[in-house]
Amino acid sequence: MDYVIQELKTLFSGQNFEKKRGDLLFATLDTGVLVQALKHLRDMLGFRHLVLITAVDWIEEDLFQITYLLRNYTQKTDVGIRVFVPRSNPIMESIHTLWETAATYQRELHEMFGIDFPGSPRVNKPFILEGWQEIPPYRRDFDTKKYAEETYFPRPGRKTHDPETYMKQKLYPDGTES
Amino acid sequence: MSNDDLKKRRVIGPDGIEFEVNPMEDYFCTERPHPESPANRILEKFFNWARSESVWILGYGTGCGAIEMRPLMTPRFDAYRFGIQWRPTPRQANLLMVSGYLSVKTLKRVIRSYEQMQNPKFVMALGSCTINGGMYWDSYNTINRLDHYLPVDVYVAGCMPRPESILAGLEELKKRIRAGKGEGANAYIENLDWYKANQKKIIKDWDMPDYNW
Ligand code: SF4
Repeated sequence: MDYVIQELKTLFSGQNFEKKRGDLLFATLDTGVLVQALKHLRDMLGFRHLVLITAVDWIEEDLFQITYLLRNYTQKTDVGIRVFVPRSNPIMESIHTLWETAATYQRELHEMFGIDFPGSPRVNKPFILEGWQEIPPYRRDFDTKKYAEETYFPRPGRKTHDPETYMKQKLYPDGTES
Repeated sequence: MSNDDLKKRRVIGPDGIEFEVNPMEDYFCTERPHPESPANRILEKFFNWARSESVWILGYGTGCGAIEMRPLMTPRFDAYRFGIQWRPTPRQANLLMVSGYLSVKTLKRVIRSYEQMQNPKFVMALGSCTINGGMYWDSYNTINRLDHYLPVDVYVAGCMPRPESILAGLEELKKRIRAGKGEGANAYIENLDWYKANQKKIIKDWDMPDYNW
């Protein structure tokens, strides 16, 4: 993996290299060089498979992190590339020209996080949320529980237990353990 | 309406003649359904017995629960010996089996399927997800209780109910039908406004006719 680090560092000024395992590396890149870097990884370094694209909402830092996970089948290694886009203006370049499948991921991210990928096919079409009118549901400022309770006619009488104390009471009603 | 195919528009036919189509009126029947009254008391009893002995299922495999229907329809549990069988289309079935959690998107399809079934028709809902939302009760996209959107005859509890309990549920349904309580289809029509209000509250891009004949 060291040659990957080397290339990403010198060619694309990658930062924050994290070797999670011997065969799994994460790196952070600038949004501007992302498409070039992915193309380089795909064509020169053998990371031919786009495994997934996903996002994380760092609401405290006002950022969205987008992660691209690639796999090299000959070396059996994975590389995760992270980029950060501002939460207030979440626009990222589309990579559907490199992998057609990326369009589906981008459509999902557009729906779930509200990250826009201009030019990506059908990115504005509803994917699984038809007729959604709230803020995108995977943003952390969306209150899922409140929304569900207000919208979906909750059935009264639902109880929740703390699993630890509840199981203790069930298994050892007289207070003894073992 | 979000679906452009359903909008009123002018089109030019293959013979060059321009005409107007309004899909919602031209392709679908806009008539409101009416409740069906029983033929006569004694005949109805016989009919109900006959209905209870031929339950034809439209399996709607939305949730995890669809997986339990395979053992049910194969030799191990063999539901066919009770006069139960699976059909591929709503037109041929009289029992809609909803097998688990429903998102808003799938609920829309379920409603369409249900309304396309012929009377008399019944609904059986499997799993805690259809009863109170189950483990997805606080999700942004799964409904909590199916009986607010469709007239459910029998609920089978469990996560997921095993084939034995589904068989027990089917027995329960047969009892209900024989006792003349399988009137879900009429209840749906009689309370159509309430059901439609609930459905439209959560299906925000309603792009189908009010009642899918
Ligand atoms: S009740 Fe359990 S098994 Fe059934 S759909 Fe819900 S989570 Fe899945």
